[in-house]
Amino acid sequence: MLHYYILLPFLAALLIGLSAKKVNRIHTGWLVLPVPVVLFIIFCSKLPVLAKGKIVQSTADWIPSLDIQLSFYLDGLSMLFSLLITGIGSLVVLYSIFYLSRKEQLVHFYVYLLLFMGSMLGVVLSDNVFVLYTFWEFTSISSFLLIGFWFYRERSTYGALKSMLVTVFGGLSMLGALILLSITAETNSIRMMIANRSDILESDLFIPILILLLLGAFTKSAQFPFHSWLPDAMEAPTPVSAYLHSATMVKAGLYLVARFSLIFSGTDEFFIIVSGIGLITLCLGSFLASRQTDLKGILAYSTISQLGMIMAMLGFGTGVAILAAIFHIFNHATFKGSLFMIAGIVDHETGTRDIRRLGGLYTFMPISATLAFIGAFSMAGVPLPIFNGFLSKEMFFDSSLKLEQSAGLAGTFAEWIPIFAVLGSIFTFVYSMYLVFGTFLGKQKIDQLEKKPHEAPIGMLLSPIILIIFVIAVGLLPNLINEPLLAPAVAAVTGDLPHTHLAFWHGLNTPFYMSLIVIGVGALLAYTLKRWQPVYNKIPGKFSSDHWYQTMVNGLLRTSKSITGFYMTGSLRLYLSIILVFLVVSTSIFMYFTDGFTISFDDLAPVTWPEVLVGFVMAAAAIATIWMNQRIAAIIVIGVVGYGLSLLFVFFRAPDLALTQLIVETITVALFLLCFAHLPKLKKSDKSKSEKLIDLMIAVSTGALLTIVAIASHSSKSFDSIAKYFVDNSYKLGGGDNIVNVILVDFRGLDTLFEIAVLGLAALGIFAMIKYRDKGDMNQ
Amino acid sequence: MEIVMSILAGTLFAAGVYLLLQKQLLKIVLGTALLSHGAHLFILTMGKLNRGAPPILEKGITEYTDPLPQALILTSIVISFGVTSFLLVLAYRTYQSNKTDMMDQLRGTDDE
Repeated sequence: MLHYYILLPFLAALLIGLSAKKVNRIHTGWLVLPVPVVLFIIFCSKLPVLAKGKIVQSTADWIPSLDIQLSFYLDGLSMLFSLLITGIGSLVVLYSIFYLSRKEQLVHFYVYLLLFMGSMLGVVLSDNVFVLYTFWEFTSISSFLLIGFWFYRERSTYGALKSMLVTVFGGLSMLGALILLSITAETNSIRMMIANRSDILESDLFIPILILLLLGAFTKSAQFPFHSWLPDAMEAPTPVSAYLHSATMVKAGLYLVARFSLIFSGTDEFFIIVSGIGLITLCLGSFLASRQTDLKGILAYSTISQLGMIMAMLGFGTGVAILAAIFHIFNHATFKGSLFMIAGIVDHETGTRDIRRLGGLYTFMPISATLAFIGAFSMAGVPLPIFNGFLSKEMFFDSSLKLEQSAGLAGTFAEWIPIFAVLGSIFTFVYSMYLVFGTFLGKQKIDQLEKKPHEAPIGMLLSPIILIIFVIAVGLLPNLINEPLLAPAVAAVTGDLPHTHLAFWHGLNTPFYMSLIVIGVGALLAYTLKRWQPVYNKIPGKFSSDHWYQTMVNGLLRTSKSITGFYMTGSLRLYLSIILVFLVVSTSIFMYFTDGFTISFDDLAPVTWPEVLVGFVMAAAAIATIWMNQRIAAIIVIGVVGYGLSLLFVFFRAPDLALTQLIVETITVALFLLCFAHLPKLKKSDKSKSEKLIDLMIAVSTGALLTIVAIASHSSKSFDSIAKYFVDNSYKLGGGDNIVNVILVDFRGLDTLFEIAVLGLAALGIFAMIKYRDKGDMNQ
Repeated sequence: MEIVMSILAGTLFAAGVYLLLQKQLLKIVLGTALLSHGAHLFILTMGKLNRGAPPILEKGITEYTDPLPQALILTSIVISFGVTSFLLVLAYRTYQSNKTDMMDQLRGTDDE
């Protein structure tokens, strides 16, 4: 059945694309909305099955010869992501109905969105790694299309291209890792790979596999140093940012790491790379967020930093850490989704997202403001039992403290990790406050806005309200989702089912003190933000990954331009020379390695002098054409070659050829004579000596190659001529004595038909060229 | 004999290629004519020369020259005639429209 769930969005996309233009009366979004809602309900109905520890799976053949099956399975981890994809998907579609005006290209928008939904479901449900990869790249493409939705804006196309280049680079690295994995583990199925994990861990390819796979995950999840595509992707319409670039697609990297955790987790390399990059991303992202002035820019850096935090926990690999990671994936989707939607509402109602021009909006849009405060406080980890973000952040601190018992490098670095965790969280607190206080409180600057702000329509508020209800409900009763949703997901990552009871109050323990430090220092920094904000301007631009990206792309463009410019000169002669040289060189190499240069003098016809004489005259005439500087002489010399050829046909017992050649040569010469009067005189070549020498070398080597091929093919007959068939059957099947004629009109009649077609086309072309003068000239 | 004819075909080809690399359109047209002559001779040599009677069935004769290359060449002769005449008229029209038949001056747009 899983196939149909994945297929449904694709089918819907097709239907919408074909029919939506005809349904004008309602917003296209209403037609799309049932798709994610129905899928969400279906996935919810599978929850009891998973809670029993079972999984749902289905398989169909796709490319059996390459061992690529469309095999899908739904376990706890896939379930969490499927619910996010369809659940947030439903809310985003609902929100977009009010966000996007009907004047926009709605059909395009929803087709892309459905494509994304289907491919994302494919990513999280695939068991076959190559199917997973295919869907993975599909998500990159649909993300590209959605970021570039307003393609007439320069920033949009720039952001779309950047996200495409970065994520596809990662995708290709991942493909490399998957191929190596399938070779090492001798299977294409993820579950079989996990079963064969010892083969992978002991293989020499372990490090390359790990690095390539993580490149895929890090680019997709915007981890340092690949994070810079995400802020630029904010040019997409806000529903897209809320959906792809905070709740689902950017979490595909986390999914990948979690999915392969059972293979890699516990190794030092996995810990140091994943946790290290995760912690750097957490701190860097949260630090840079307060520098932004665009609401969505702040949220983008915030997403980067939160993804880094989850990545770090996946790297820790302990049971507590994984539970915290899974829990935070869920929580982040709820509060960040609602914050994005509020940012969209602010943009929609005031006409700007620039925090410097906003302020004091609380009086105009109290509902939005309340929602934003709850979302931001939850993100900041304010210790109140109504914020789910606090619970998972507390678990993050807890897990960072419990690394001391771990073996290997994790134990060595254990003391340092809580410091990074606190540092990242302090800045998380700072930007969360900066975001909401700067927008909704403080001085009103209405005169700087394009329109007078007011509260958004209820339809637009509905989606963020639902998400905030989740924030509060999970904050109050976290165990509601623990047993059915989180525990099976953790089991899929670590291998055993956790029996942790989530609670708000654990007493006055170290994680709680860490939270207090975060809030204390965070509040101080947030209060004095204006004073220390100039620090950001001191960071040289050279070190930003944006700068690296730009340098690389520019370098690539320059290099490819100079390479293309080097040979694409517009001179046909140069192109021809390159083609000929390539032909000669490649054929010679090929013949050299396949023993093609065998020359045997057996089985040759005797040399007779009349033929040699004719041949000599022809050769002389052909060479003479090169020096002919008179048109009429050149034509006559060409005629000599042609007539000589028909004479040779006579000698070599080809009467039909001789006749045809004679007629054709006569007509050709006549045609040349007709035309030459209208053509300019032949000029002496004005080429330099070296140019002439190069021409000569190319010509001679091409001719020599032809001679060698002719002799070689004569010397090494690999199989008998098929001529006997024609001799035997010419009369029997074709009813003619002249074998050549029978071949032409009967055995190979279709060839002759096309020959006539070619001749007809040439005649038409000639007629058109002579008859229609200058009428098609564009310049006149 | 086959070797002699192979060399002749190569010579025709070399001359044809050299003309093809020239700047003047008329020379290029002449070059293509030489090329097709060379190619025809090449194909004919493939089928072995001077073996048996002309490929026209007669009682009492069992050995015939290979008819297949001949059939192919016959097709090719006609097509190369079509190509040559087309090119010739193309050269004529190009000269009429552009007042030059030098390839260097016939380079398309300036955006290189």
